[in-house]
Amino acid sequence: MVNLKIDDKKVVVPEGTTILEAARQAGIDIPTLCFLKDINEVGDCRMCIVEVEGRKGFATSCIQTVEEGMVVHTHTQNVLEARHVILDLIISNHAKDCLTCTRSGNCELQDLAIKFNVLDNEFTGEKSVHKIDDKSPSIVRDFNKCILCRRCVATCKNVQKIGAIDCINRGFDSCISTTYDHSLNDVDCTFCGQCIESCPTGALHEKENINDVWAKLKDPDTYVVVQTAPSIRVALGEEFGMKIGTNVTGKMISALKSLGFDKVFDTNTGADFTIMEEATELVKRLRNNDNLPMTTSCCPAWVKYTEMFYPENIPHLSSCKSPHQMLGAIIKSYFAEKNHIDPSKIYVVSVMPCIAKKYERQREEMKVNGLYDVDAVITTRELARMIKQANIDFSMLEDDVFDNPMGEATGAGAIFGTTGGVMEAALRAAYELMTGEELKKVEFEQVRGEKGIKKATVQIGDKEVSVAVAHGLGNAKKIMEEIKSGKADFQFAEIMACPGGCIMGGGQPIKNSKIRASVDVRSKRAEAMYSIDERSTIRKSQDNPVLKAIYKEYIGQPGQHRAHELLHTHYEKKEKYNF
Amino acid sequence: MKTLEEINKIRAEKRKELDLRKNTTADTREKHILVCQGTGCTSSKSPEILENFKRIIKEKNIQNVRVIKTGCFGLCAKGPIVIIRPEDTFYAMVKPEDCEEIIESHIRNGKVVDRLLCKDIDGTKVQKLDDLTFYKKQKRIALKNCGVINPEDIDEYIAFDGYRALQRVLLEMDSDEVIDIITKSGLRGRGGAGFPTGKKWRSTADSKGDVKYVVCNADEGDPGAFMDRSILEGDPHAVLEAMEIAGFAIGAQKGFIYVRAEYPIAVQRLKIAIEQARNYGILGKNIFGTDFSFDIEIRLGAGAFVCGEETALLESIEGKRGQPRVKPPYPAQVGLWGKPTLINNVETYANIAQIILKGPEWYSSIGTENSKGTKVFALGGNVNNVGLVEVPMGTTLREIVYDIGGGIPNGRDFKAAQTGGPSGGCIPKEHLDTPIDYESLKQIGSMMGSGGLIVMDDTKCMVCLAKFYLQFTVSESCGKCTPCRIGTKRMLEILERLCSGEGEEYDIYRLEKLAVNIQKSSICGLGQSAPNPVISTLKYFRDEFRQHAIEKECKAMECKALAKIQIDEEKCKACGLCQKNCPVGAIEGEGREKRVINQDKCIKCGSCIKTCPFHAIG
Repeated sequence: MVNLKIDDKKVVVPEGTTILEAARQAGIDIPTLCFLKDINEVGDCRMCIVEVEGRKGFATSCIQTVEEGMVVHTHTQNVLEARHVILDLIISNHAKDCLTCTRSGNCELQDLAIKFNVLDNEFTGEKSVHKIDDKSPSIVRDFNKCILCRRCVATCKNVQKIGAIDCINRGFDSCISTTYDHSLNDVDCTFCGQCIESCPTGALHEKENINDVWAKLKDPDTYVVVQTAPSIRVALGEEFGMKIGTNVTGKMISALKSLGFDKVFDTNTGADFTIMEEATELVKRLRNNDNLPMTTSCCPAWVKYTEMFYPENIPHLSSCKSPHQMLGAIIKSYFAEKNHIDPSKIYVVSVMPCIAKKYERQREEMKVNGLYDVDAVITTRELARMIKQANIDFSMLEDDVFDNPMGEATGAGAIFGTTGGVMEAALRAAYELMTGEELKKVEFEQVRGEKGIKKATVQIGDKEVSVAVAHGLGNAKKIMEEIKSGKADFQFAEIMACPGGCIMGGGQPIKNSKIRASVDVRSKRAEAMYSIDERSTIRKSQDNPVLKAIYKEYIGQPGQHRAHELLHTHYEKKEKYNF
Repeated sequence: MKTLEEINKIRAEKRKELDLRKNTTADTREKHILVCQGTGCTSSKSPEILENFKRIIKEKNIQNVRVIKTGCFGLCAKGPIVIIRPEDTFYAMVKPEDCEEIIESHIRNGKVVDRLLCKDIDGTKVQKLDDLTFYKKQKRIALKNCGVINPEDIDEYIAFDGYRALQRVLLEMDSDEVIDIITKSGLRGRGGAGFPTGKKWRSTADSKGDVKYVVCNADEGDPGAFMDRSILEGDPHAVLEAMEIAGFAIGAQKGFIYVRAEYPIAVQRLKIAIEQARNYGILGKNIFGTDFSFDIEIRLGAGAFVCGEETALLESIEGKRGQPRVKPPYPAQVGLWGKPTLINNVETYANIAQIILKGPEWYSSIGTENSKGTKVFALGGNVNNVGLVEVPMGTTLREIVYDIGGGIPNGRDFKAAQTGGPSGGCIPKEHLDTPIDYESLKQIGSMMGSGGLIVMDDTKCMVCLAKFYLQFTVSESCGKCTPCRIGTKRMLEILERLCSGEGEEYDIYRLEKLAVNIQKSSICGLGQSAPNPVISTLKYFRDEFRQHAIEKECKAMECKALAKIQIDEEKCKACGLCQKNCPVGAIEGEGREKRVINQDKCIKCGSCIKTCPFHAIG
C-alpha cells in the first residue's frame, strides 16, 4: 500500500493506483476529458493536471501513479488557471452550437464549460472547419465538435481491434480521420457505434430517424408498428434520470402507445423465433457436421465484420436473420394477412440499442416480396427524445403490456441482449430438440459474465457440445482466427460486437467517463435482464404458445421452406474499402 | 573479421601513413589533398572538385598525391574548402575549375595559389588553417576527426585512436568503471536539456531487464542547426564506438540510430560505417573475442521536429505516429518496446571515446564549474563566418560572434542572438559577455539547446523573430495535447496581429498568459519550451511589442504594415542615391536639399535603407 496526501487528506491506496483514482477514492474529484478508464489513458487533454510537491511542472493524474509520501494538490491557483486556459482553448476551436447539439445536457465538455464558467473565449482565432460525414445509414461524424481526445480511436483500435479511424495531420490541423479521409460508410467500419458511446461531445452520433417516424405516425394511411429490443427496457429509464439497471418495460409500452403507434410488439418474441430457427439449424449442422463451428448472426456489426475481415468464415455464420428482422417479416406477412392489412401500408419501426441495425435494415437481403422487413430503426436515445418531444412524463406513466400476438415472449428471448444470452437461450432449445427430454435447469451459468471469451462444454444427452461466447470485436477476432486456422475447439459460438453485448450497444444511453469508471454499467443492465428471465413463467422459446401457433398456422416447421423465405438470409464477401 | 592483433596492426601502420594529416612537419614526400564533402560544400560542387583532382592527377600521372574526401571543416561560409597536407594550406571558395591551377602551381611547383587563400577578419590573407582567427579559439573534441579523416574508411578512424576506447572498455573494465568515468567527466546531454550523461547511464544500467536498448538521437531539427549532421558526415565511427561502449555499460546488445531521412549523406556514411565495422567484427558477436555482442540498426525519421523528443522518437522507432509519452516513467525504465533504453544525442556520443581514453579529469578540466567540455554550435544569421564551431564551455557569446564569427556584416550592430532554436530564447546585447554554459543561459532566459546559434543585427524585429519561431512550433506540434496544439496556434495568431498592426495592448497580456500555461501544462519538451522565444523577447524587447501593439510601429521596419521609413536629417548628405533607387518616387528633395520621404507614396520596400552610404535612413 502507498501512503500519500491529496489536498491535505491522508490517502492509502494500492501500488499502481493513479493519482486520479486515488483522489476519487478519497472523494476528491479531478476533471477529465480524454480519460476513459482502461481504454484511453493517455493524458492528452491536460485537464487532469495536478501539482505534486517537489516535481517540476504539473503531473498528469490520469496516468501517473502514486508514490510513497507524495503530496498532491489538485486545485491550486496555478492548476485552476491552467485548466481554465486549456478549456478556453478547446472551446475556441469548437462549434459551440450547444443549442442544437444532440449531446447538450450529456456532454463532458459542456459540463466543464459550465463548471469553469467559460462565458466568453479569451483566446479566439481560426477554427478548423470540417465537412460533416453523414453518408452512412448509421453514424454521423461532425468533427467541428471534436476535441481530439481520441477516445473513439482507442475504442476502435484497442477494444474492437478494427482501427477504422485514427489521427491524421499534425498540430492544429490534426483530426480524426479514416483511410484517405473517406466517409466512414466506405471504409472498414462495422457500425458497432462504440465510438459514439466513448465520445465526450457531440462529434459522433447516430443518424437520427426520428423525423421519418413522426411523419409516418402522422400519416393516417400508414399502419405503424413498433417493436422494442430486449435491451431497451433495461436502459431507457436512464434517459429519464432513473437508476442504471431499472426495468421500465411497462412504462416504455405506455409511452409508445401514447406516441401513437398502432401496435407495440416485443422483439423478444422475434428472439424466440430466432432461437427456434437457430437451434434447429445448429442441431442439423451438428448432425451433418456441416460448416462447424456455427456462429450466431443476430449482431449486424458482427456480420459486417465477418463479411469484410473474414469472408472465408462466412459459411460458419448461421443463416438466421436477427430477431427484429424476423419479427418484421412476420408482421408484414402473417400479421398483415391475418388482419387484412396491405403489407405495403405497414411501417415497422424497431427500437434498438444499436446503430448497426440501421445499416442492417436497409440491406437488400432484408426484404420479403420486395418489402423491407423493417422500415426504420431508432435507438434507445432516439426513443427517449421522442418521448420528451411528446411531453410525456415518463416517470409518472402507468405500466402497460405489449400487444398481441407478438407481445408474448419467453425468458429465453429476454436475455438476448447480454453476452452469453443468445447462447443460453439456444442451448435451452437445442437440449430439448436433441434429446427430446425436458430441460430441468434452464440456467447455463458458464456462459454468463463479463469475461471476454467464455468457453464451456455442455452435456446434451449423450453428446458433449462445446461452445464459445465472445463479446467485443477484439475478442471476436480471436475466435475468427481459431476458426480460420481450423483450431476451433467448439461447435457453436455466440458473438456480439459490443463489449457486454447489446445492453452496451452503440445506441444505448451514453454514460460519461466518470460514471463508466465508477459504475459497472454492463452488469447492472445485465442483472435487470436476467431478472426478467427469472420472473418469466415461460423460459424456453419452444414453449412460447404464440410461436407454436404461428408455426402451426402459417410457417410450418422451423428450418423448412416458408421459414427460410421469411426468417433466413445469406451473406457475401464485402470489400473493406469502397472508393 | 579481424582479430585484435590485426586491428592493432592496422592502427599502427595507418597512423604512420597518415601522420602528415596532423603533423605539419611530417617527414614525407607525400601530399594529401583534403576536399570537404560535408553537406554545405557538397551543395557548392565539392564532389566535382574531388573528381577533378583525381582526374588531373591520373592524367598527369602525378605520384605521391592522394585526394581524400573528408567531413566538414567548419568554416562553411568560405566553402568549398580544400586543404593540402602536411603544410596545412587552406583554400577557400574553390571552384571545380581551380583544381588545375592548384595541382600545377601548388602540388607541382610548390607555389601557393594566392588568390584562393582565405581572408581573415582583418582582411589579411592567411595561408594555414591554424592561423585563421576562426579556428584559434576553438577546441575540437567532438569534431576532432571532422575534416581530418575520410569518414568512409574505417582504417583512417582506427589510425587516430579509433575503437581503442572500446578495446580498453571491453578488455580492461567493468560496467561500473565505465559509468564512473562518464559520471566523473561531468559530461551532460548535448541534445539540449543538459541532463548528466553518467546519471542517465547509471539509471539505465540499474533498471532491471534482460533486454535493453541504446538509442542515438540523430533527429536534429532546430532550424539552422547542423552539428549532429556534420559529426555523422565527418566521423560516423565515433558514434558507433560510443554506442557500443554505452551498450556494454548498461547491458544492451542492440542499438538504434534514429536519423532524419533528409540527411542523405549522413545516412549513407553511417551505413558504410556500420557495414565496415561489421566486416571487422567490431560490431556483431563476441567483439574483440569477448562475451560482448552488439549490433546497430538505422531507423529513418520522416522529418518531424517532435521526433527529436526522446519518447516521440521511441514511438516512431516502434512504427507508430511520432507523439510523446507522458514522463515519468522515463525511457531509462520504460523505453523502446517497454524495455529500459538509453537515449543520447550524437554530439554526446562523440565525446565518449575520448573521455575513456584521456580520462575524466582531462575532460572535466575543460569548461566551467557545472558545464564541462566543449559545445559545438552551428553559427548562422547575420555573422560573417557562418559555420560550425566547437568551443570550450564558458566561452562568451562575444568571443563566438566577434572573434570566431568575425562580427556582423555590413557594419551593422549586434541586436540579439538566439540559442536553442525554437525552444530557446534570445540573448540581447547586454549579455554578450555571458559565458555560455547550461546554467548561465538558463539564467538569462535562454537555453543551450542542441547548438543552433543565430545572430541578428539591428534590422531584425523581435516580434517577427518570436513569430518566426512560433510558426515553426505550430507547424511542428504533433497535435497530441491541447495547450501545444491550440495554444501555440493562438499565440502565433496574436503575434501575426501585432505584426500586421491589428494588435492591441491586451494582446501582450494574452501572450504572457498563454505562454506560462503552455509551458506548464504541455506533455513534452516541444510544447513546454514553445513559448520560450516569446517569453525571452518579451523580457528584453517589451518596448518593441508595445510599439507594435499601441503605437503601431515597427522600428526595425521588418513588419511592412508598421514600418515608417524616415531620413535622419543630420546624417543625410543629400547624395541622392536613395532617390535614384526608390522604385516609386517617394523620396522628395533636389540638389543639396536634405531628402524627405513622402509617407503616402512609400511602399516600405527598404531599398533606400540599403543604398544609403551614411546609414541615414531607418
